[in-house]
Amino acid sequence: MKILIQFSLIFFSCLAGEVLSYIIPFPVPAAVLALIIMLLLLLTGLVKEESIKETGDWLLQTMAFFFVPAGVKVIEHFALVGSIWLPVVIICILTTVIVFFVTALTVRLAIKLKEMRK
Amino acid sequence: MKELIFSNPFFGIIISVLAYRIGMVINEKTKTAIANPLLISYVIIISFLLVFDIPLEWYCEGGDIINMFLSPATAILALTIYRQRELIKKNFLPIFAGTLAGSVTSLISVYVLCRLFIFDMAITASILPKSITTPMAIAVSSSLGGIQALTVLCVILTGVTGNILAPILVKLFRIDDPVVQGVAIGTSSHAVGTSRAVTMGEIQGAVSSVALTFSGVITVVLSLFLGYLI
Repeated sequence: MKILIQFSLIFFSCLAGEVLSYIIPFPVPAAVLALIIMLLLLLTGLVKEESIKETGDWLLQTMAFFFVPAGVKVIEHFALVGSIWLPVVIICILTTVIVFFVTALTVRLAIKLKEMRK
Repeated sequence: MKELIFSNPFFGIIISVLAYRIGMVINEKTKTAIANPLLISYVIIISFLLVFDIPLEWYCEGGDIINMFLSPATAILALTIYRQRELIKKNFLPIFAGTLAGSVTSLISVYVLCRLFIFDMAITASILPKSITTPMAIAVSSSLGGIQALTVLCVILTGVTGNILAPILVKLFRIDDPVVQGVAIGTSSHAVGTSRAVTMGEIQGAVSSVALTFSGVITVVLSLFLGYLI
C-alpha cells in the first residue's frame, strides 16, 4: 500500500503538470512542470521526503530504462530522414561535445570569479 | 498466433527489460562507454523486430506503458534537487551562467554546421532545439517551421550521445567538480544525459536536473527571437 500511495503522489504532480501545461500560454512540457510542482511540494513541506522516498529512488535508479521505447520508435524517423542521416548524426554528436565543453568552462570560470570576490 | 503473442503489451515490456538487462551486463563486463545499455537495447530490440518482421505498433503496445513513466521519472528529479538544495542555492549563479552559455552555444553551433552542410531552413529549424527535452524541442521546432519527426530524432541522438560520452568527456576535459559535471551534462543532453548523471552521483544528478530545466526554458525564450534572425 505504501508504494501505491507513493506512486499516486508522484502521479498527482504529473497530472497537475498536464493541467498546468494546458493552461499556461508557454510551451513548457507537462513533465518539467511536474518537476517544479513536486519541488514546491517538497520545499513547502506539503509532501515529506519520506512519503516518496522508496518509489522516488527506484524511479531515479531506473530512469535511463524508461527511454528505451522512445529510442526504438525513432527508427520510423530514420527512414524519413533519408540521405541526410550522416550529417545529422555528425551534427548531433559534435555539437553535444561542444556544448558540454563550453558549459563546463563557463561554470568553472563563474565559480572561480565568485570565490575571488570573497 | 504471432499477433497474439507479439501485439500483447506484455511482449513490449518483457523485451525492453530483457534487452536493457543484457545491455547492463555487457556494459559491466566490458567497462567501455560505447557499450551503453541504452544503445545496446536499441540494437537488440530493433534487430528482433526486423528479423521476426514484427510491426513497430505491436511493440509500442507495451512500449507506451513504459513511456508513460517518463513523466514521473522527470518529476522525481525534484527529489534530487531538494536533497541538494543548499548546494544549488550556493552555486545558483554559476549554474545559470553555464546553462545560458551552453544554450546559446548549442543554437550557434547547430546553425553554423547546418550552413556548412547547406541544409535548408526547415531542416535547420528541426535540428536547432536538439539539446532540450522532446516536448519543448518540438514546440521550438514547429514555431520555426521545422519537421517534428527530425526534431525527435535529433533530441534522442543528442541524449544518447550525452548518456554515452558524459563519463568520457568528464575525464577528457579533467572536470573534477561534480557541480561543473552536472551543469555540462544537463545542458548538453537534457533528461537522457541526466539519467546518466544520476548514476554518477547525487550532486551531478541534482545539478543536471536544474540545468535541463534552465536550458529548456532559456532555449524556448531565445527561440522567440530566433524567428526574426533566421
